[in-house]
Amino acid sequence: MAQVVAVTGNEAVANALRQVNPDVCAAYPITPQTEMMQRFANFVSNGNVKTELILVESEHSSMSACVGASAAGGRVVTATSSQGLALMYEILYIASGTRLPIIMPVVNRALSAPLNIHGDHSDAMGARDTGWIQLWSENAQEAYDNTIQAFRIAEHMDIRLPAMVCLDGFIISHSIERIEYLEDEEVKKFVGEFKPLNPLLDTGHPVSYGPLILTDYYMEYRKAQDEIASKVSGIVLKVAADFEKMSGRKYGLFETYRLDDAEIGLVILNSAAGTSKDVVDEFRDRGIKAGLLKPRLYRPFPFVETGEALKHLKAVCVLDRADAFGGSYGPVFLDIATSLYPYKEKPVLINKIYGLGGRDYLPEHAELVLSELAGIAKTGSVRSYKEYIGVRE
Amino acid sequence: MKLKGWKELKPGAVITDAGNSVEFKTGSWRSFRPIWKEENCIQCLFCWIYCPDMAIKVKDGKRAEFDYDFCKGCGICALECPGKKGKKAIIMVEEGK
Repeated sequence: MAQVVAVTGNEAVANALRQVNPDVCAAYPITPQTEMMQRFANFVSNGNVKTELILVESEHSSMSACVGASAAGGRVVTATSSQGLALMYEILYIASGTRLPIIMPVVNRALSAPLNIHGDHSDAMGARDTGWIQLWSENAQEAYDNTIQAFRIAEHMDIRLPAMVCLDGFIISHSIERIEYLEDEEVKKFVGEFKPLNPLLDTGHPVSYGPLILTDYYMEYRKAQDEIASKVSGIVLKVAADFEKMSGRKYGLFETYRLDDAEIGLVILNSAAGTSKDVVDEFRDRGIKAGLLKPRLYRPFPFVETGEALKHLKAVCVLDRADAFGGSYGPVFLDIATSLYPYKEKPVLINKIYGLGGRDYLPEHAELVLSELAGIAKTGSVRSYKEYIGVRE
Repeated sequence: MKLKGWKELKPGAVITDAGNSVEFKTGSWRSFRPIWKEENCIQCLFCWIYCPDMAIKVKDGKRAEFDYDFCKGCGICALECPGKKGKKAIIMVEEGK
């Protein structure tokens, strides 16, 4: 029987990690993730898990320790936010290039400067092309469920890539929600025994990690890594199907909400999708065919499936909780635009930057955007392709 | 050695065959080649001690030929060689000459 609890997002994810009982966790505190690893440290101290907890002096060290422990043959986790993720940057590539299935919840927070501790997506967006899998989560339940599924996806023998599970700082990490926990035994059975691949600690079969690969082989290794991306979607769906059998909760590559017959739509990640769905309902009640697409597997990005799901709309707004300075549009917009590029008939696309540094995303914002889209669908004329919303002039 | 295609590679560039550096013939890096003049050799084996690449062969306790598959031509052996009566037993000559 599932246990219904009222917990914060951090507490839910920490509990998922307890249920998985990884071999090694190397962590460093950073707001708003701190509570998650603090709770996990309690599990270690109380003997609820057998995990070796390594308290390091920085996130560069925590990711480095994870790389070492994973290469040694362990099931390895860490967690971080914002500046911490930025400090890991160099080692993120080493984890993915070495094909180490490390699991890392990322509690999304704005980047400094100016210094800010609240939720936006600038941190994980900066790491989106590091070769890590990224699963994004709307609420505490999804963060809990994604964390459990991430182990099965990352550790699959056809993949062996590290994975981030993204959840919004404070909005999800520190808000108490009703969620359903799976039984410890169910989770244990679902993730299964960890199967190491070429572990360093197997002294009967000595191996070398991290060789110098020069002009004669570097491109071949990169091509091999690129090729794995095409396998991830299929395995994410298979794992989701198994998860649904166990939990009754359904997951896909992305969530579509009233999108099939929609004429206008929003594309939006994480917690703000929940607010947007309420407003989509209001528009539907007024007879306006609105819908929504919420990416879940954001890396590798399932661009074919996403384009297919959006191509029939008349106008779409992609809402980004991060900007790409000096680029043209926000990062999610660029991916959505690319997914629609091959189609002759496609929706008009606009981009709004919202909620930076934890600025509230309110139903009024979704209403304004959907009204603008309804106008574009009717007249075809666009006032502005990209703008900040919820900002003072 | 025939180079492998991307489908044949081990995940994460992990090397699973121990001691395979012997297959990587670094002698091709050499621009100067050491030449052994046996008549000036006093069998001190300084060259064997100093060589950073174990490219000086020793047979029955005596100095033998260079292992040119792995000698990178650094010249340390020629520098350290005391020779006999002021004449070096190892001299460096430019490759290709």
